[in-house]
Amino acid sequence: MKIRTSVFTSFIMMAQVLGIALFLRGFFPVPVKSSVSAKNKLSDLPAEPLTGGPHNSSRLPDPLFKRVVIMLVDALREDFVFGPNGRGNMPYTSHLVERGSTHSFVAKARPPTVTMPRIKALTTGSIPGFIDVVMNLNSPALLEDNLLWQAQAAGKRMIFYGDDTWLRLFPKLFMERDGTTSFFVSDYTEVDNNVTRHLDSTLKRDDWDVLILHYLGLDHIGHVSGPRSPLVRPKLLEMDDVLKKIHGALVSKETEGAPPYLLVLCGDHGMSETGSHGGSSEPEVNTALVLVSPAFRRKVGMETPSVVEQVDLHPTLALALGLPISLNSVGRLIPAVVQEAPLRDRLRFLHLNGHQLSCLLGANWSVPSYREQTQIEVGVEQFRVAEKAHGGWMKLYLEGNTSEVLGNMGKKVLRQYLEALASMSSALSRQLGKYDMYSMVAGMVIVFQLLLVLLLAMPEALSGAALVDVPVLQALLSLPFYLLCLLLASVHVLVCTSAGSACYLCSLSWGLVFTAVAFASATFCVLVSMATRRLPGGGGGGGGGSGWSLSELDILLLAGTVGHTLSLAASSFVEEEHQTWYFLLNTLCLAVFQDVCRKYFREQRRPGAIGENREHHEEEEEEEERFFLSPKGRRPSDPSQPGGDPRSREKWLALATPPLTLACCRLLRTLNQTGVQWAHLPDMGHWLNSSEHRAVLSLLAALSLVLVYFLIQRRCSWVSRIALALGLVGVYSYRAAVGNVWFPWQHGSQSVSKGTVEARFVYVFVLGILFSGSKDLLRSQIAAAAAAAPLKRRGLWEIYSGLVLLVALLFRAHNLPVLCCCLLVQSLMARFIWRKLHYDAAQTTIMHYWFGQAFFYFQGNSNNIGTVDVSVGFVGLESYVEGPAIFLTALGTYAGPLLWACHLVCYLNSESLRTPVALGHGCYVLALLRSVPVAAYVVLVTALRYHLFIWSVFSPKLLYEAAHALLATVLCLFLGAMETAQADAARP
Amino acid sequence: MWDHEIKAMASSHAIIASSVFMATVLPAVFIQGFSVYGTHLLWLYSVTGAVSVVNIAVFWLLGISQPTKKNTLGYKLSRLVRSCMYLLLSCLFYHTVVVLYGAPLIESALETFSLAVLLTSLTTLRCLCVLGPNVQAWIRVFSRHGAMSVWDTSLQITVACSLIGAWLGAFPIPLDWDRPWQVWPVSCSLGSVVGYLTGLVVAPAWIHFHRKQLTYKSK
Ligand SMILES: [Zn+2]
Ligand SMILES: [Zn+2]
Repeated sequence: MKIRTSVFTSFIMMAQVLGIALFLRGFFPVPVKSSVSAKNKLSDLPAEPLTGGPHNSSRLPDPLFKRVVIMLVDALREDFVFGPNGRGNMPYTSHLVERGSTHSFVAKARPPTVTMPRIKALTTGSIPGFIDVVMNLNSPALLEDNLLWQAQAAGKRMIFYGDDTWLRLFPKLFMERDGTTSFFVSDYTEVDNNVTRHLDSTLKRDDWDVLILHYLGLDHIGHVSGPRSPLVRPKLLEMDDVLKKIHGALVSKETEGAPPYLLVLCGDHGMSETGSHGGSSEPEVNTALVLVSPAFRRKVGMETPSVVEQVDLHPTLALALGLPISLNSVGRLIPAVVQEAPLRDRLRFLHLNGHQLSCLLGANWSVPSYREQTQIEVGVEQFRVAEKAHGGWMKLYLEGNTSEVLGNMGKKVLRQYLEALASMSSALSRQLGKYDMYSMVAGMVIVFQLLLVLLLAMPEALSGAALVDVPVLQALLSLPFYLLCLLLASVHVLVCTSAGSACYLCSLSWGLVFTAVAFASATFCVLVSMATRRLPGGGGGGGGGSGWSLSELDILLLAGTVGHTLSLAASSFVEEEHQTWYFLLNTLCLAVFQDVCRKYFREQRRPGAIGENREHHEEEEEEEERFFLSPKGRRPSDPSQPGGDPRSREKWLALATPPLTLACCRLLRTLNQTGVQWAHLPDMGHWLNSSEHRAVLSLLAALSLVLVYFLIQRRCSWVSRIALALGLVGVYSYRAAVGNVWFPWQHGSQSVSKGTVEARFVYVFVLGILFSGSKDLLRSQIAAAAAAAPLKRRGLWEIYSGLVLLVALLFRAHNLPVLCCCLLVQSLMARFIWRKLHYDAAQTTIMHYWFGQAFFYFQGNSNNIGTVDVSVGFVGLESYVEGPAIFLTALGTYAGPLLWACHLVCYLNSESLRTPVALGHGCYVLALLRSVPVAAYVVLVTALRYHLFIWSVFSPKLLYEAAHALLATVLCLFLGAMETAQADAARP
Repeated sequence: MWDHEIKAMASSHAIIASSVFMATVLPAVFIQGFSVYGTHLLWLYSVTGAVSVVNIAVFWLLGISQPTKKNTLGYKLSRLVRSCMYLLLSCLFYHTVVVLYGAPLIESALETFSLAVLLTSLTTLRCLCVLGPNVQAWIRVFSRHGAMSVWDTSLQITVACSLIGAWLGAFPIPLDWDRPWQVWPVSCSLGSVVGYLTGLVVAPAWIHFHRKQLTYKSK
């Protein structure tokens, strides 16, 4: 079956987007949550169970502890405290552990064993997924129900010293705080002294209930020199001294009668043998947890610490402090901690915990992806039984029964509760923090197959005919297809029926799954038959392969694409991806410069010599020739007379374009510092936005808008021109209304409004221009062939200018030069470079893509979710409306790539008058450029899923890549539609 | 004839390469605390100086450069002045290009300019030695098929290698390894010197293995 390149490409891209979506669904499992911002309240707690009585008490047991000190030592591995090493490392602590009234545990942390998710797990009892981070993009603060919020609501006064991650998560909860930054890993004394220096005075006071200390030094030592470093022991001794000091102070403050204190020593995660953390190896996961309180029974000898989950600390602390358990907690009470409480209280604690877990399970009951339905049912059923037994026990108890029977019965209820808790908790936590590998692999396979099909089709797709022969029918009628279908279906059944799998694909309906299976098999068959066709003869289908000779520019474009894809494997290169693009873009401009010079200088000099002996030219580096082309260096060699002649003027303009582009890029990169390492450096954007430079900003914005007008208007109809001018004025007045810029006649401080009216004014013009553009485009379909081309070109250009106007509205005032430079570079390049140097559609597309990438970062984006400008979603809206807000935010974020892609559409359309296949080629290359990094990145992320930075660096990038792929798909569809229309018009 | 030229080139390249080596090792004997990273600029200047002196000496002794028609003192002087001007312009040009690539404009201008000087000594100086201050010849050599002798080809190769080396040397800078060689401009200058040395080795070898295909039209 022969289909046009653009249709083929669009189809592949759409399928690929589905594959990516499947992968994402497996990579970011939907979190088990009741609600993000709902909080558990004391009044919502269930009544104490009682069979058959009118008594309906919602009594909470008295808090077991009055004051709590949580001493969190970052990366406190279990064997630092317990076992033979512990005695030397932390003598006082081990003495307490062995002889004191303490409980000690090995707390298992869940991967990712990274500080921030661990703090969330400790305080909320839930296992945070990455998608949570995206969900509350607007504020880094923890909005979920958590222990600290509950404590504050209960009137507890809290003090915090240590890692400032806490202050970002809980911005307003602490009565007193001092954050230290964990930015400088090489500092491991100052970070801890900053915490300890407050201790003496704080411990003397009585005005607090909860004291949280987070020591970072040990973690830093681990990162720098590993767990066997000689620095570790002194650091642990220091921690031991701190603990001794706190313990001593607490003991001295202890008063008879009042509830006692509780001292918690814990680690957020462990440390691998190389000193890092983030993965799921034993030493990273096992952390020490020591609870010290006079309420516990004094130990007589060393016991081996039992194993608990890290999240179990949360319900334990909440119940022991008389607070409601947070809604999303999946932990269960550590029974040993409440061992000394009366039996009634212990049962009540377990009941509360069980109730909260069953509520959480109930909230997720309807989620279809649960494979452990039966296990959940068993757990909840166990809980119901225990609750009933509890009611019976309460009845006996309230009747005053004190016999042996009551005690035995109570123990039985206790056991039932614990079993129910265990099965509910494990059913819940199995859902969390786990990758759905089946869906991920399925998505990955689809993406890769499609990429291979795309690559195999290259010679045909880029041939002059731009027709791809896809053997769909042969594939569908072949035996391997049916065998493969059968195989995949049986694999699916096998995976879904095997124990312990909870995957998205298994929850899908059979029809959908079978479609996916058939699709995957068909793609595979197509792939194989295309590959066999390509392999033997080397040129059965297309005329490509041997005949291609690459110029320096081609080599650069190819190497840049491949190199960029490879660079995504390193977290630093992902963080600093803008540097890669700026670098490549610069090199590209220099290469283009060299091409221009070659064209204008050498052709005059040696007209006959070019192209004679091209076969074995060595692969010179593109920069090689650039040094003799310095503006000053070439002047003496120029034989042509300056000025006058339009050809020579054009020549000088063409020669000036690449340096001008380079200068523009250099200026733009100073506008917004992005990335991670150098993001803190001052940039032009900050300078312009400070209030004393508002005049400069106003001038710059106005200038940019004027320039934008002149660059855009030349190809619009006069109606659109007027609309554009008014719209740009509207943009400026919107910025003035919002308070970013001044009107020249309005120097005083004016009232700052939301600018809704002005923004809507602009929207009207945007819609008008878009409408008139689409009208032209539609009219070109029915018009006669001669009139169609200019109409179509104008229509496209008007749509493009409508977008530009919209982007001008959305961009912040200091980013308007980015827009202006974008248009300037586009028009110069289109006029003097791409057309004049006869770059083909593929080369032009790659250049557009590179520029688009660079402009994505020029406008201040990065691969961090934090740089998404959410305020864009409110432009022209009175309040938050989800649909438009998401659309506007996406548009504002991807404005750079979008504008370049739109320009590409306009350019290729005008080019297609000369070479009709330009649109198809551009579409194909764009798809290829997008799917290569996406496919590579999907594999990378899967391989690196236990990497230390998977949540902070790689996952956000994955989302950006996916969104970008979606954008490219839309553009490919557009290009495809245009090419089809053109081909239809050409045929009759 | 060919073998003779290749041999001459190989030996001259060996001398230049050893000069780079000496410039790295010798100062360490005389200057306390000299190291490639620690006192990077010092190393850079010493390599620049050594390469320049040895290049000029070698090419002058070999007499590669085009024989001049006029032998008057005034003509020689004007050539010298022109050469110096070209060197300066080339330094400025490299500086501009490096700044365009993203080097800080003001902050470490000295480092950037030192890199430009190094690049000039590795590339432009060699061009001056081989081709003389003759822009037409430069353009010819660096056009795609403009090489007219083995020396032109070797010039193309070494210049390309030095520049590619400097280009590749910029890649490790964004990595967060905090190594001493990631400091600006250490990796770039190291890259360019390594590229230059590679070019010195590759050029004779390449010419040797391709001597059948190499046809210099003007000869
Ligand atoms: Zn940590
Ligand atoms: Zn760490």
